[in-house]
Amino acid sequence: MKIRRTLVSLTALATVASFAACAAPEDDDDSAGGKGEAATATSVEDFGDLDGLVEAAQEEGELNVIALPPDWANYGEVIKTFSEKYDIKVNSAQPDAASQDEINAAEQLKGTDRAPDVFDLGQSVALANTDKFAEYQVETWDTIPEEFKDADGAWVNDYGGYMSVGYDASKVPAISSLDDLLAPEFKGKVALNGDPTQAGAAFSGVVMASVANGGSADDIAPGVEFFAKLKKAGNFIPVDPTPATIASGQTPVVIDWDYLNAAESEKLDDWEVYVPEEAPIAGYYFQAINADAPHPAAARLWQEFLYSDEGQNLWLAGGARPVRAEEMAEAGTIDEELYAALPAVTGKPVIPTNEQTESMAAYLSKNWAKAVG
Amino acid sequence: MTTTAPLAVPATAQPPSRPGRRLRIGPAVGLVPFLGFLTIFLVVPTVTVVVGAFQDDAGGFSLDRVSALFEETPMRALRQSLLLSLSSAAIGAVLGAVLAYLILAAPPTSLLRRVATAVCGVLAQFGGVTLAFAWMATLGFGGLLTDLLADAFGLDATGSGWLYELPGLILVYTYFQIPLMVIVFLPALEGLRPQWREAAVGLGASTWQYWTQVAFPLLRPAFLGSALLLFANAFAAYATAAALVSQGSPITPLLIRAALTSEIVLGQANFAYALALEMVVVVAVVMSLYAWLLRRTSRWLG
Repeated sequence: MKIRRTLVSLTALATVASFAACAAPEDDDDSAGGKGEAATATSVEDFGDLDGLVEAAQEEGELNVIALPPDWANYGEVIKTFSEKYDIKVNSAQPDAASQDEINAAEQLKGTDRAPDVFDLGQSVALANTDKFAEYQVETWDTIPEEFKDADGAWVNDYGGYMSVGYDASKVPAISSLDDLLAPEFKGKVALNGDPTQAGAAFSGVVMASVANGGSADDIAPGVEFFAKLKKAGNFIPVDPTPATIASGQTPVVIDWDYLNAAESEKLDDWEVYVPEEAPIAGYYFQAINADAPHPAAARLWQEFLYSDEGQNLWLAGGARPVRAEEMAEAGTIDEELYAALPAVTGKPVIPTNEQTESMAAYLSKNWAKAVG
Repeated sequence: MTTTAPLAVPATAQPPSRPGRRLRIGPAVGLVPFLGFLTIFLVVPTVTVVVGAFQDDAGGFSLDRVSALFEETPMRALRQSLLLSLSSAAIGAVLGAVLAYLILAAPPTSLLRRVATAVCGVLAQFGGVTLAFAWMATLGFGGLLTDLLADAFGLDATGSGWLYELPGLILVYTYFQIPLMVIVFLPALEGLRPQWREAAVGLGASTWQYWTQVAFPLLRPAFLGSALLLFANAFAAYATAAALVSQGSPITPLLIRAALTSEIVLGQANFAYALALEMVVVVAVVMSLYAWLLRRTSRWLG
């Protein structure tokens, strides 16, 4: 631990020294801003205007992103469009990594040009690491609802969705409540996207089962009990669902975010998405800029792109609810057809707070292995 | 991932040679790269693990992480890890020894023997993700064999998913344990001279007496050593289990993964160190047990 810390601070020192060394000659280039200046820019004004930011980003030429699966909320197309529009090379590392892996990578690669520039994080990881984020407010800042952003711009929610059950209607009967999953027709068929003590999507799946069975955002026990029953009935399968397991029929029923299940509907004709009316569990991901981003200008341009109408509609095309959706619907800039195609949700959405998540997580880490083992 | 250097060294230890009083640097220089390697990949990580296990998040001394090892979930993982390693090592050692004996029965130049040893060499390394997926494609939900059995006999081979739990892990681990046993145990079996048998038979021993009084005692240290290697191999194996099991972290290596990468329960890096320390302790205990056994068997052998 100690040794690594020393190494890290040495690297950091060297980086600072090299910043200092190259800051001087770039001083006369006002519009683009030096690397050191881009790293502290809090809005596009610090670059003059958007063109100034684009110029600075193109000078860097590259952007490091991490943990963005191409089939997750349409990230494949988001990356491609950004890269082509601004002629910036996007290096996408570890597409299947978890949120905590992103922070670990940022710490381990700190000071190198391979460190991630931007993060796309689950709630608890994002809120535990705000000191690692650079504050930045995009041009569309005012149109993002207050509850979905940090007041200073350290983080902003990017897209969200509801917990849902996706299923192959040709293999199992239609689902109209979560309890249907306990029926014998579902034997060996129900999968949860990950281990709920590790992955956010799976965690929300257990919260959904809990709320549907008389629990709440404070009490996840009924959810764990539901999965224990599911396991006992032989219906729960411990297979991690992926587009491949869905396509091959290994996981005919998948509990996951609605935008991920919606993406499967496009590939599989019989794939239906069900959002339980009695338990609408909403969750948003968090977008942030790495304070030690090796390409600080490109990182900021990426944010501008994601929160522009174009970027938001790209997420919508992946079935996710972009954070500016309502404002865009009012302004008429949203893709109406895609917006209307989102699964209908009635009832008041449940969004667990960080404290609620923590207490539920503590219960899960003690009881989940017992319930499904 | 699956193998380290065979631990099954012959029981006859060389008496330590006495060097002259003059300091001789020459031969030691050749060892420097190895020592460097050892320092970077063994000493530093071990020290890091031991120190980290006794630290809290702020870096101060704390026994919290180590005492957390005795809670239900980590204890359960340890128990299942030991069960998995012991049973797959026992099955692998016995079946592997029998297989090695059968291979040796064929003449050294025969095709069967050459093919069998070559296949074992390949299969012993066939661990990790590939192996896990091979089993899933065969016996998993919708696997080839599962479907065939269901169509032909109406059998439900996967049932409630035993392949993705402890029984499945034991089966899959055995798949690389047996060939590994063949590879490490074959040389010991080869060392069994036919003359010894002839001598025993010449002195009037029955086959049973030869095996129980001559062959088994001679082979015991090598057998135990190989079994220990198999145990360590299974205890530390990670990739196969990681690819196969995605729910509940039934064994310690998977629990370490959960502690390091969880996006739900944060700040558990030091707990991962404590779990790693626990694994180091288990292997150390098994190693000392082996050394003790070896001393006992070689005492009445020599």
